[in-house]
Amino acid sequence: MDDAVRERPVFRTEAVTKVYRTGSVEVHALRGVDLALYEGEMVVLLGASGSGKSTLLNILGGLDTPTEGRVFFRERELTGLDEAGLTAFRRDHVGFVFQFYNLVPSLTARENVALVTEIARNPMRPEEALERAGIAHRMDHFPAEMSGGEQQRVAIARAIAKRPEVLLCDEPTGALDSKTGIAVLEALVDVNRELGTATVLITHNAAIRQIAHRVVVIADGRIARTEVNETRLSPAEVSW
Amino acid sequence: MITALDRKLWRDLRRLWAQGLAIALVMACGVMVLVLTTGAQRSLTETRDAYYERNRFADVFAALTRAPRSLLPAIAAMDGVLQVEGRVAFTAIVDLPGMVEPATARITSLPAAGDPVLNVPLVRAGRLPLPLADDEVAVSEPFAQANGLRPGDGMRVLLNGTYRTLRITGLVLSPEHIYSIGPGTIMPDDRRYGQIWMNEAAAAAARNLSGAFNELSLTLARGTDPAPVIDRLDRMLAPYGGTGAYDRTRQTSHVFLQSELDQLAAMAFILPPIFLIVAAVLVNMVLGRLIALDRPQIGLLKALGYSTGRVAFTYLKMAIAIGLVGLALGWAAGLWLGHQTTELYADFFRFPWLIYTPGVRSFAVSGALALATVVLGALRAVLASVRLPAAVAMQPAAPPLYSRGFLDAAGNRLRLRQTTMMILRSITRWPGRAAVTVCGVAASVAVLVASYFSFDAMNVLVDRAFHQSNRQHVTLTLAGPRPETVVEAARSLPGVLAAEGAYIVPVRLEHGNRTHLIGLRAAPREAVLTRTLDRDGIALPPPMVGVSMPQLLAEELDLSEGDRVTVELLSPPRITMSVPVGQLMAHSLGQDVSMPREELFARLRSVPLVNQINLLVDTAELDALHAAVKRTPTVAGVVLWSEARVQFDRTISENLLTMGLIYTLIGVLITIGVVYNAARIQLAERSYELASLRVLGFTRGEVSFVLVGETMLLTAVAVPLGWVAGFAFAAMTAEGLSSELVSIPLVVERRTYAMAGAIAAVAALGSVLLVRRRLDRVDLVTALKQKE
Repeated sequence: MDDAVRERPVFRTEAVTKVYRTGSVEVHALRGVDLALYEGEMVVLLGASGSGKSTLLNILGGLDTPTEGRVFFRERELTGLDEAGLTAFRRDHVGFVFQFYNLVPSLTARENVALVTEIARNPMRPEEALERAGIAHRMDHFPAEMSGGEQQRVAIARAIAKRPEVLLCDEPTGALDSKTGIAVLEALVDVNRELGTATVLITHNAAIRQIAHRVVVIADGRIARTEVNETRLSPAEVSW
Repeated sequence: MITALDRKLWRDLRRLWAQGLAIALVMACGVMVLVLTTGAQRSLTETRDAYYERNRFADVFAALTRAPRSLLPAIAAMDGVLQVEGRVAFTAIVDLPGMVEPATARITSLPAAGDPVLNVPLVRAGRLPLPLADDEVAVSEPFAQANGLRPGDGMRVLLNGTYRTLRITGLVLSPEHIYSIGPGTIMPDDRRYGQIWMNEAAAAAARNLSGAFNELSLTLARGTDPAPVIDRLDRMLAPYGGTGAYDRTRQTSHVFLQSELDQLAAMAFILPPIFLIVAAVLVNMVLGRLIALDRPQIGLLKALGYSTGRVAFTYLKMAIAIGLVGLALGWAAGLWLGHQTTELYADFFRFPWLIYTPGVRSFAVSGALALATVVLGALRAVLASVRLPAAVAMQPAAPPLYSRGFLDAAGNRLRLRQTTMMILRSITRWPGRAAVTVCGVAASVAVLVASYFSFDAMNVLVDRAFHQSNRQHVTLTLAGPRPETVVEAARSLPGVLAAEGAYIVPVRLEHGNRTHLIGLRAAPREAVLTRTLDRDGIALPPPMVGVSMPQLLAEELDLSEGDRVTVELLSPPRITMSVPVGQLMAHSLGQDVSMPREELFARLRSVPLVNQINLLVDTAELDALHAAVKRTPTVAGVVLWSEARVQFDRTISENLLTMGLIYTLIGVLITIGVVYNAARIQLAERSYELASLRVLGFTRGEVSFVLVGETMLLTAVAVPLGWVAGFAFAAMTAEGLSSELVSIPLVVERRTYAMAGAIAAVAALGSVLLVRRRLDRVDLVTALKQKE
């Protein structure tokens, strides 16, 4: 990746803190995270369960708000947006991929993608998105008729169909066996390469780190360290 | 001891309180209507029976021209007759201070010696007149109250052609006049019509009936069939101008009261089942859903060693708990409203006191029905899940399978949005659930249409009665038949624009062994003020030949056109004639039979007579007319149609409004119960899906569309179905309520449909919006973490 691209951050966080209060118990999910994500970059957030990586991803995606600190998407401060603003932000700029796919069971693969293209500003055709995710052959099937890997590829197609600037993936392979997981990761890497979509990928599977440009290790609500992969592996070369 | 299972039950109930309450309310409606109607029906019946008993309401009545008192012992000696009382009764004009128009009163004599034996007036204030005080009277309490009269006040009554001032000694109520309507009217008008009791001597003097009587009442020994008594009485009284004896079933006050009681009884049979069925379906739906979610726990409980029966009973208890809440609410509301309704009736029908006995039976019946309803509703859902082997139950249920079908082609062609497709697929995937919502909303629309229909029908009836059938302003009832020259005289009264005479005579129709007492009207060809309308409101032409009669009456007498019917005149000249049946008509109001005037008087061998005069007047001169009428001895009664209309509207609209409000509440509650529960279940099942949409960038409004859209789409389907069902209910109501007196027209105005549809739609929208609010509270992050 050339440095000119690296200089333009998509996301920037300043001392982001998140405290959950349940009753009298306070859980510090994030304790002052400063992070920048750049265009075209693929970043893996690595950390143990409960380390705060999902919280960070949710805050970046506008699903959650930090207790303290600021988050910028390009020049815009997300932390200053109200709920309607965050909804519009998600709609226009962010693609999500979740561990459990979150497909609408009553809609076919194509319709699940169309769900998003109908409200997006500059979407691709649902068929094209499904093609890119390598699942075009199943486009008229309902989620219940597909395997987990297939459903996740539909979710990826749905996430990229709006041509988002960022793709946020929370444990996309968490519910899949390794063979299927690799296929899903290949779809994500392809999208990142071909569309230049900045991609953040959460995993607690250390092996996956090798496909990223950069690896951010989160522990106990803080960035423990950042690693840059000089040579990336393709998903097929990764094994777990 | 509270077991762990009971705790679970209790917590589930607390969690589902709103849904449980919605079901309980629907159930409460059914229970309430049952308790209310049976309670009111029972209370009024008991009150009436006790009142009749204590004040010795007669079993048989007869009116005649004049008979000597010496005839009474012979009547008393008849088989089965217990007590007999002869009295003098007639109608007179009353001039009240401060009232321009004349009032009419029915005057009844009190025995010369001792207290009345039958139809005993109940003294509410003051006392009855003293035996020798000729100027003392007691008046009916409602009449006194409406006119501000008190014991000690004076009152001018037209007797024997001159006004006499009579002093009121007391206010009374009578079992004969529980429902008090004047001649020629159908609603009570306490200001213009009342009853007066006076000494026999004074009353007899006013009618030249000293030593004689013109009315007869008698009681029968328990179990005596009145028919043979009436038969013999008729023969006995014929020489004395008897106009036909009749039993309680033809006594005006009793007939109106009885028909009201019958209506209450009918209501108790029609409405509650609707509610109970809806409640059963709701219980099934909600519990089915709860149990589906609890499947793994049910498996676990069974794995832990709980028996199937024990587990099933826990869920049944939940349904029973909901049923008990509904039952308690229904009982309380029914008890309270029953009391209110009974009092309302007691006010409308003049009872001296009220025995409110809701009766254990209606509580027991509604209790058993309500519990059976919830148990039946729950049973299927409980058994289906509880029967699964533990290992299977502990596995989560398979995800719902959707299939492609006609919807896809249609969806593509119409370019429907995916959110719309979600709505359509949800409906086709769970057609049963959609059907419940549709049926529930349709049921409430139907209840609303059927109840608002009574306003429409009443409007038409009123219009026909007051504008089309009776176009006169005033009807004068004459003290006796007069030659037609009195019509000429009436034309010279102040303000009279047109005057038409009418002649109505009581007759007994006889065909085979069937008889019927009714009024026979001489129909003049040229009458323009009064007309007879058919069921569609079209004026019927005057009969050409023979007697014309209402269809219903012809059926009762087993007559068809061309048959001959025996007509016995029950007032002078008291002849019996055999007349062909001319026309059968579908009357809308009133049940007189008629005969062409020329034919009738030719058969009577008499000059044409009139005993009623209908007047069209210049309303500006109404006061002068009233004053003149008050001085006219030949006039026995006055009906002011405009006043009758006002009175009628007031009474009817009060009653209908109360009933309309109750039914509206009922209709709204059904919709809320059904829609709220369906929407809650939908939200619970789809919160994950809907939260996903929010994550994808759908706004709250767009996500709400999926939830609200489905409900409103189903409502849109339900409303027309409800209209159709409502029309059917209205038709049944019209059929059921049509009586000999009134044929209820089956008219449902567009406004009624619109109102019913709008109310149900608003209730549905309100319910689903209430549920929609929960969507705002769904935490996106947590919703995504949980897979179902």
